[in-house]
Amino acid sequence: MLAETMVAQNIVFGILAVTMVAAAFRLVTTQNVVRAALFLAIVLAGAAALYILLAAEFVAWVQVLVYIGAVVVLLLFGVMLTRAPIGRESDLDNDQRWLAALVALFLLGALGAVLADAFGDDKIGHITIRRTAEVSDSIFGAYVVPFEVASVLLLAALVGAVALARRD
Amino acid sequence: MYLNEFLMLAAVIFCLGVYGVLARKNAVLVLMSIELMLNAVNINLIAFGAFRDNVIGQVFALFVITIAAAEVGVGLAIVLLIFRNRADIDLDELDLMKG
Repeated sequence: MLAETMVAQNIVFGILAVTMVAAAFRLVTTQNVVRAALFLAIVLAGAAALYILLAAEFVAWVQVLVYIGAVVVLLLFGVMLTRAPIGRESDLDNDQRWLAALVALFLLGALGAVLADAFGDDKIGHITIRRTAEVSDSIFGAYVVPFEVASVLLLAALVGAVALARRD
Repeated sequence: MYLNEFLMLAAVIFCLGVYGVLARKNAVLVLMSIELMLNAVNINLIAFGAFRDNVIGQVFALFVITIAAAEVGVGLAIVLLIFRNRADIDLDELDLMKG
């Protein structure tokens, strides 16, 4: 039973990982802005599925509501309002592409080496399912001050965004 | 499941985000790449939360999601303002601070 569950988890993880990496790669290479937003939605949905796999239900649904529901729509509004070309365009990358690829590959190599060294064969054993009540107990208990700070930050960001974007 | 599966996946996505930020000219695409990087961090937080068998990883991931939402709101407002002033959001043209 347990072994079967672990095999199923590994298969699901493999599918999600391949999908997310492919979508993220297309996101940074596609020449179509709207398609990039849709690839971002795929990556975010894959991340939400990963959270379900790790038994973090509440975060998964927050991810769906906030990221896929709001952030992607906001980015599509940004595409629309800045009148970016909706169709295919060949002028979305700058001419330091190869340098950027070099930096990203170097970072990946460094991160990979450090991770392989530090967490070589640590396994995620039994995953306890955390109910939303436990998450909220933690937020409104030990982390209530950061929570309040986050709400003030959201208010400041809201006021700032309106002040920046209004016409007068 | 190995912890490293999740960490490596997050590292790959983070590096793709870094590439996007460095190589893209369109400001909205740069914002999307930043979202990619923040998501990689969230995957790390949730994976460590499951690994350490506590709820703190999820709490931190929720805070990161909150701040990412605020960031993309202000970021898009700035992009709109740049577009209104210059009729273009090509980041290579924004060299006002260049000496």
